[in-house]
Amino acid sequence: MATNKNIPEVEWEYAPSLEGTSHIQLKKKYDLFIGGKWVKPSSGKYFQSINPANEEVLAEVAYGSEKDVDIAVKAARKAYNEVWSIMPAAERAKYIYRIARLMQERARELAVIETLDGGKTIREARDIDVPLACNHFFYYAGWADKLEYAFPNRKVESLGVAGQIIPWNFPLLMAAWKIAPALAAGNTVVLKPAETTSLTALKLAEIIEAAGLPAGVVNIVTGYGDTGAAIVNHSDVNKIAFTGSTNVGKIIQKALAGTSKKLTLELGGKSANIIFDDAPIDQAVEGIVNGIFFNQGHVCCAGSRLFVQENVAEKVIAKLKERLKTLYVGNPLDKNTDIGAINSKEQLATITKYLEIGKQEGAEMYQPACTIPAKGFYCPPTLFTNVAQSNRIAQEEIFGPVLTIQTFRTIDEVIQKANNSPYGLAAGVWTEKGARIFNMANQLNAGVIWANTYNKFDPTSPFGGYKESGFGREGGVHGLAAYVKFV
Amino acid sequence: MQMKKDIQQSIDQLLFNSPTIDKVGVEERVARFQTRSIKGDSKLQALKMALNMIDLTTLEGKDSPGKVQQMCYKAMHLHDELPNLPTVAAVCVYPSMVKIAKSALLNSKVNVASVSTAFPSGQAPLAVKLADTTFAVNEGADEIDMVISRGKFLAGEYSFVFDEIAAIKDACGNARLKVILETGELLTLDNVRKASDLAILAGADFIKTSTGKIQPAATMQVTYTMLMAIKDYYEATGKMIGMKPAGGISTSKLALHYLVMVKEVLGNAWLSNEWFRFGASSLANDVLMQLMKAETGVYQSPDYFSID
Repeated sequence: MATNKNIPEVEWEYAPSLEGTSHIQLKKKYDLFIGGKWVKPSSGKYFQSINPANEEVLAEVAYGSEKDVDIAVKAARKAYNEVWSIMPAAERAKYIYRIARLMQERARELAVIETLDGGKTIREARDIDVPLACNHFFYYAGWADKLEYAFPNRKVESLGVAGQIIPWNFPLLMAAWKIAPALAAGNTVVLKPAETTSLTALKLAEIIEAAGLPAGVVNIVTGYGDTGAAIVNHSDVNKIAFTGSTNVGKIIQKALAGTSKKLTLELGGKSANIIFDDAPIDQAVEGIVNGIFFNQGHVCCAGSRLFVQENVAEKVIAKLKERLKTLYVGNPLDKNTDIGAINSKEQLATITKYLEIGKQEGAEMYQPACTIPAKGFYCPPTLFTNVAQSNRIAQEEIFGPVLTIQTFRTIDEVIQKANNSPYGLAAGVWTEKGARIFNMANQLNAGVIWANTYNKFDPTSPFGGYKESGFGREGGVHGLAAYVKFV
Repeated sequence: MQMKKDIQQSIDQLLFNSPTIDKVGVEERVARFQTRSIKGDSKLQALKMALNMIDLTTLEGKDSPGKVQQMCYKAMHLHDELPNLPTVAAVCVYPSMVKIAKSALLNSKVNVASVSTAFPSGQAPLAVKLADTTFAVNEGADEIDMVISRGKFLAGEYSFVFDEIAAIKDACGNARLKVILETGELLTLDNVRKASDLAILAGADFIKTSTGKIQPAATMQVTYTMLMAIKDYYEATGKMIGMKPAGGISTSKLALHYLVMVKEVLGNAWLSNEWFRFGASSLANDVLMQLMKAETGVYQSPDYFSID
């Protein structure tokens, strides 16, 4: 910024502040956690989990095969039949509370490992991921002995063995979203973390071990897509819960057609964030930033399609560009960092591909000048203006820090554009008018609608999508319903 | 009369363009400024910067010439045990003390700021406020800290408030005008934003949060809202306006959070006492204590720092 007086401008920079890593305990090699024991994969194969911020190897992780999955499901079935399903519900709750407390005690270690393994900033891992994951266990622990009150006038029973497959964007949090309600409702679990981010799920297995949870109630089988497929196709699994891409979700739904397995899918999104001209503009700009750049945009409900009312568009875009200049991109372990590392080389390639597509489609790209570490996978925050509804960058999920900006004139127009997507996970509405918020909430086809805020999560609040964003809800009483049958 | 109505309408029109403020969003944004890491050299630099931005203030009915003289000495010699310390930016006193302060600060770069316009309530007719201001300027004040008529503002008489600020600005001559909004009496951030826009448009060189006589005084939320008004005005006109949070900033840590906020909202250009001030009386000693800690490795007793 130029000054209108002749005073030399000071240079004042923050001090780098790297979160220490000396206190964390990571084994060199992780086996599968099955039946309460750490067992070697039948194939003898392991794969590497790397730190996307500097491409260094963190640990080797077992590659679970179909055979390993079978052993895990058998262990889960045995634990279900002999222990977990017949245990008094209040006793079940005690175990879940214990897991939550142990997670809290090891919160710092979990946050650091989450940052190392996944590339997310330590600020977010420490302030959002880990506390929320703990809260999910606390919340569902409370429901364990109150199931009969959760669904008035209906009798519920547990399902049996739940197969759960989780993504790499919120590894520990997604494990908590899946495991906590399953256990509370009386089910046992076989969970597969994503191949790039297995470590916090394995740390969770250690916590579960330390909590003395009966053997086989929770089994963690690490591996790739074929490991997940083995869980989906196993004949003795009663329920599949999947969070991940819409493509894989479709494959799973096809595979389960004609079986009695219960299914919930939490898939992709291309959520609309809508700014009306009467919105608190500066706070809306913050909401846009938080909506798309939270967790490097690796958020299924990211507000990746921005719609700004025409008469304030110029102002909002100018402010947004200014704001992007103050975001720190870099080492995720630095407490100052706002945008960390992209989760994997593959994901960075996908994002880069979409940046090219955007430019070819004639959209105008803006990235602030920022220095990016030489090693590791990074992408600066990116805006696209001059975007058409028919552009691929406005239709397809990029899953990175990339925002497309369109303008609108009337309410009908923006509702039509926002709903004109195969997805329907979330939406944001920014306006001072209460009535308009309710009108929009009624007309937008999205599972979650935020008013004058974005990306807010709470264990008590259900989360899930419409259309190709999936079905079933996680969180709240609704999340419990996914793990019971009504009898 | 017709002309006055036109002005009223155009002021209403201007304030109509003041954006609304969402308090929850402001709180979230402000919380983020508090997580930046400032230590080592970065902290030393910031502490010295903060010292240099302080308006050392005494605004008591019982202020004596001796007290003011002592404070002026402190303003120039913050802690002689530490070498290379800056002075504070200014001392801030009542009009009756301006002459005393001025002569005590002779041959220094420390400015004399005087409150005026029937500080702190502003409950006096314009003629009295003008006389108050002219007196302070004639006594040698380099800066005038005026208060707005909050009652008129809350009643929606924006043009009254606008005219009053413009008239005081005229009376200031070469003195720089700081306009105190007394945000603790404006009640909402929407009002803070409107009053900021109003003051800037009426000719303020600085906008200032509080008199220090009303609670809450300066908060980060309020200061952020005012900084955004300054930013928007700068983007529109290229003209810089200064900011002075006053009252309630008594620790170094909090002062550093404010500096982070100024840096991230307005940029490094505002990080000098030309454009940013802390209105504070006890902040200086806390900053000095931190600087001594950096120098010696241990915290000193407060008894080692002069209270003036």
